[in-house]
Amino acid sequence: MSNIHITVEFGGGAELLFDNKKAHPVTLPAKEKHWIIKDLLTWIKDNLLKERPELFLQDESVRPGILVLINDTDWELMDTVNYVIQENDRILFISTLHGG
Amino acid sequence: MPPCSTKCGKNAILKRPKTGDVLCKECFFEAFENEIHFTITRAKLFKPNSKVAIAASGGKDSTVLAYVLKLLNQKYDYKLDLTLLSIDEGITGYRDDSLETVKQNRDDYEMPLKIMSYKDLYGWTMDEIVAEIGRKNNCTFCGVFRRQALDRGAVLLKVDYLATGHNADDIAETVLMNILRGDLARLSRCSAIITDSGDGIPRVKPLKYTYEKEIVMYAYFRKLVYFSTECVFAPNAYRGHARVLLKDLEKIDPSVIMNIIQSGESLKINESANMPTLRKCTRCGYVSSQEVCKACVLLEGLNKGLPKLGIGKSSKVKKFIQEKNCKTDCLCNNK
Repeated sequence: MSNIHITVEFGGGAELLFDNKKAHPVTLPAKEKHWIIKDLLTWIKDNLLKERPELFLQDESVRPGILVLINDTDWELMDTVNYVIQENDRILFISTLHGG
Repeated sequence: MPPCSTKCGKNAILKRPKTGDVLCKECFFEAFENEIHFTITRAKLFKPNSKVAIAASGGKDSTVLAYVLKLLNQKYDYKLDLTLLSIDEGITGYRDDSLETVKQNRDDYEMPLKIMSYKDLYGWTMDEIVAEIGRKNNCTFCGVFRRQALDRGAVLLKVDYLATGHNADDIAETVLMNILRGDLARLSRCSAIITDSGDGIPRVKPLKYTYEKEIVMYAYFRKLVYFSTECVFAPNAYRGHARVLLKDLEKIDPSVIMNIIQSGESLKINESANMPTLRKCTRCGYVSSQEVCKACVLLEGLNKGLPKLGIGKSSKVKKFIQEKNCKTDCLCNNK
């Protein structure tokens, strides 16, 4: 297993928790087992999340109201937290939790 | 990736929370738009050749509402004259930025735009109000003032309808909120798709049955530009409790949102319950369930340095007015 290079993106206001940056190129360090989204969330919490983790994460997933798109596809179609991350994947988190 | 449920041959890109269908992008657009069209025609929301003001904040709901109404107006020939109406509450860093987005909507969708400000209407911006009253009950002031501001804007624009972007999640939250607070009057009205504020310009909610998640997905895949920051005063809002509850429930079963709306629509208030009747404010003439409308009461409180006036029971306000009996130095003569 080698390192995996992906892009993690934030929208809908979620970027405010991440230094107001919408796109983050990320290199996930090689490990024995596959990287799944659940692992990525822990990694994001430890490495990218600057403040207020409870606004992004809840239990072992994202806070309800945060949509996740993997390569422009709803993660609900891709096994949500158990999706196995591939090289060059683009993972987008969009918050819906704000006024309309 | 599973194939699209419509058997069109393309790969699905999302799972609709409303129906559980998996759809490709184009089929999703079609389903989303057609359902709104169906909502509009079934409820007979608009008469042909009417003028409609779209309450626009620059946020996701009103941006999608404006886009879809324009699209459906053309596709199904509703013969509507559409215009954007925006309210500037005077919240630095929130409203001033989102108004820029509304201006972009005006240009992108080629619709006229009118902006009404709290400062002009009431003499106070929300920033000034919060500085006066502190961080509690901010939404009470803002909501009351904005509702009235929208109605006044609609009258100025001489429109036949005012369309707002309230979505299914909003309405379900409101039903829950009103149950939690025991607000029977609001509970009986809040899930109606058309509400009449008494001065002849009905408010309609074309997105009433549209899920918030789908609105965000639609805006994303249609590449619509919207402003997405939480109001700086929102973290203290009561609605937050209802929202958290609803989101947790939705995670377990998304149909809960539609079910709550249906429960709200079917509620019948016990005849022995005390319900207010609509009349006109004796100060400003705006529609009200009390002798003096909430906006006038709140304004009087602000102008007299009594920020708590108007928060809480109306009976206390009545007593205050009777005792003070101020006709001459009332500062809220808004006509």
